[in-house]
Amino acid sequence: MTGEKGAEVVLRLDRITKRFGALTANDGVSLTLRRGEVVALLGENGAGKTTLMNILFGHYVADEGSVEVFGQPLPPGNPRAALAAGVGMVHQHFTLAGNLTVLDNIRLGTEGLWSRSDAGAREKVERLSRDFGLAVHPDAKVGRLSVGERQRVEILKALYRDARVLILDEPTAVLTPQESEALFATLRKATGLGLSVIFISHKLHEVMAIADRCVVLRHGRVVGEVDTHATDKAALAALMVGGELSLPRAEARAAGAVLMRIAGVSTPNRGASPGLKMVTLELRAGQITGLAGVSGNGQAALAEIVGGLARPAEGRLSLHGQEPKVWTPGEALARGVARIPEDRHHQGSIADFDLTENAVLEGYRTRFSRRGWMNWRAARAFAEGIIKGYDVRCPGPSTRIRLLSGGNMQKLILGRAMAVGPDIILANQPVRGLDVGAIAYVQSQLIAARDRGAAVLLISEDLDEIMGLSDIIHVMSQGRLSPGFARGTMTAAELGLWMAGQKFEGAHAA
Amino acid sequence: MRLEPIANPSAARRLGLPALALVATLGVAMALALVAGANPFAVLGQIATGALGSKLAVLETLNRATPLIFTGLAVAVAFRAKLWNIGAEAQLYAGAIVAVVLGTGALGSPLVLPVSALAAMLAGAVLLLGPVLLKTRLGVDEVVTTLLLNFIMLLFVSYLLEGPMKDPLGMGWPKSPALIPEARLPRIVEGLRLHWGFALAILAAVIVWVIQTRTTLGFEIRAVGQNPEAARFAGMPVNAVLVKTALLSGGLAALAGWSEVAGLKGHLSSDLSPGFGYTGIIVAMLALLHPLGVVVTAIFVAGIFVGSGAMSRAAGVPTYIADMLMATALLFMVLAILLTRVRVVRG
Repeated sequence: MTGEKGAEVVLRLDRITKRFGALTANDGVSLTLRRGEVVALLGENGAGKTTLMNILFGHYVADEGSVEVFGQPLPPGNPRAALAAGVGMVHQHFTLAGNLTVLDNIRLGTEGLWSRSDAGAREKVERLSRDFGLAVHPDAKVGRLSVGERQRVEILKALYRDARVLILDEPTAVLTPQESEALFATLRKATGLGLSVIFISHKLHEVMAIADRCVVLRHGRVVGEVDTHATDKAALAALMVGGELSLPRAEARAAGAVLMRIAGVSTPNRGASPGLKMVTLELRAGQITGLAGVSGNGQAALAEIVGGLARPAEGRLSLHGQEPKVWTPGEALARGVARIPEDRHHQGSIADFDLTENAVLEGYRTRFSRRGWMNWRAARAFAEGIIKGYDVRCPGPSTRIRLLSGGNMQKLILGRAMAVGPDIILANQPVRGLDVGAIAYVQSQLIAARDRGAAVLLISEDLDEIMGLSDIIHVMSQGRLSPGFARGTMTAAELGLWMAGQKFEGAHAA
Repeated sequence: MRLEPIANPSAARRLGLPALALVATLGVAMALALVAGANPFAVLGQIATGALGSKLAVLETLNRATPLIFTGLAVAVAFRAKLWNIGAEAQLYAGAIVAVVLGTGALGSPLVLPVSALAAMLAGAVLLLGPVLLKTRLGVDEVVTTLLLNFIMLLFVSYLLEGPMKDPLGMGWPKSPALIPEARLPRIVEGLRLHWGFALAILAAVIVWVIQTRTTLGFEIRAVGQNPEAARFAGMPVNAVLVKTALLSGGLAALAGWSEVAGLKGHLSSDLSPGFGYTGIIVAMLALLHPLGVVVTAIFVAGIFVGSGAMSRAAGVPTYIADMLMATALLFMVLAILLTRVRVVRG
């Protein structure tokens, strides 16, 4: 009877309303989850998904409405209550201790000092990993595991705590297509065993593949609840953004001159993440170069070199055929390299600075000051221009940027980067964590920049994004760079094999 | 129990909690007075009268506030960039030494005051340069280096006062010769003890405030302090900003020593500063690192010290009560600041 209509309701969020000052983050949101069911929670950034989950987990107290788990009301504002009632969450950013073993990580925080024997815990973990198809060795150090394996540990952790309801926040963002398939297999097993899953994702085809039902949030309200069998991707996307919308796909274009070239570049390994190994890459005018790969395979090292944060330890870097004598972020900016950083919270912005201050972080010296005196009037006008031109939703330029949603923060960073008409653009995970509306916006801006003749380096873990936008695709694995593949010459599965490192010369199964 | 951040603290919270901290501090003061066997209300009253009760008392308080404004500004500027300069005491003495070296006859012209002020700032700046270069180049913790330099500097001053800088007419006391009259800061009003150092300190506070809010350097200092990674990513020369911050901070602290010698004492002795450099940290923290706030908190702190001195003579309660008050005021204020940003939640 699993998954059927009329099955036991395990979780009921009833007319949840939460206000933050003038903003209503959740407006009468109701959601029911039945035994053995996968419900996808879809919505733009700032639509209220995170707030809703935070209320479920007791981090916030709802102004109105109630939460029931297995028919029992959940006391508000108590994070332990949700865990005790059997609700487990796997966050997008893992909360594991790298220097401990899998077994220790799973047990961490679940039991007292002397309460349970090691053997009992081991047996339980082994049983769970067998039952759910979560292959991972209990004695392996978590720091040595791949991202996919770490996610399995997180899921095991929740199951070990006897979770009957699993909440997965953007679980496939960090996985290869093959790893995502394995995750889906696990989820199917789990629902078969009577667990229920809330699946938060932006990837519509995954929602279609795994979810039974889909709840769509927009501006804090439920705008649609549909059976995935009775809908399609376009209809879901339209529900999310409130209108017909298609993600941009770039048309192929003839490439221009080489604007940036790095040749034979190697960098030392850094802890668990590999350095670059003899990487040669050319960025051409009027071309989007896509860099696919599972994160932590050297993309960060490459992005640092392109963005001016590091000089290549070995090998050369040239712009417009010239080798720069100094190579710093300031020099990169001065030479027309715009950067959209991977981490918009820590690298791209200063949380307690307002929008005006964040808008002029890169240009304050050259464009918003004279002889050391800031021109705040011009700075504010510039920020207002970005807010208007890039549709940054905010109360005004004096708002601290920490109060913005990820999408709006990214739009500000994008506006800041594009303001100088850059001819080389480094876009590192530019749409990660954004809603469909913001994704479409950011991607169309990158395409527009390419059409103006800029060379764009797009680094992303999302193969759909890479394949949809790139004129030429490279894959990175263990610090090595694949040859460039022209648009349309490779399937996702083939790229997946490159991502896993199996196609590289001299590669052997690791 | 855990702490939950508050996105937008209410005005009541932002103003009420510091006020509560002040009340709690006064409560502790009264309890201490009670323990010492005196009437708590009388003790508070005597501290207030001692600090503000007469023209003389007010001027004494402002005089005492002068070095605290300088050291408070030095700390506020550095802490804003998360450069932990605990060495204002050493930089203060560097300024004092320069005031003596240039003020005892080496320079005779009317230029002596501005020249020695600038030279003093330079000396304090250079003294902080070492620790900050060690920090930016080698990652050496500046808390340790600046703190230890305080003791080195104090010993160096003792050596100077026993040796090369000893006053031949000092009857054997370890003090320097007196400054020539041209090297002394005049009084603001003839006949009253308040000297121009106080006005200079106010001016310095305004200048620091303008630097922080209106200049690119101030923007850089705040950015580097808030998030050095984002500052570096945006192309800011993070290390150069730290060095400039250090020069400014060291220079301000040195002015404290310079103005004490040139404005008040007229000579250098090893008891020139009863910990002005350290008290500057309290002053800056109480002011939430705001340069204009430093002026207010420096006068408040000076008032407590001056008032406690007077109270001690009248009521027989030891002046240590002033140190206790400073400590409790700081603790309560830090707690109040924390509680404006987070609330305590059970569970």
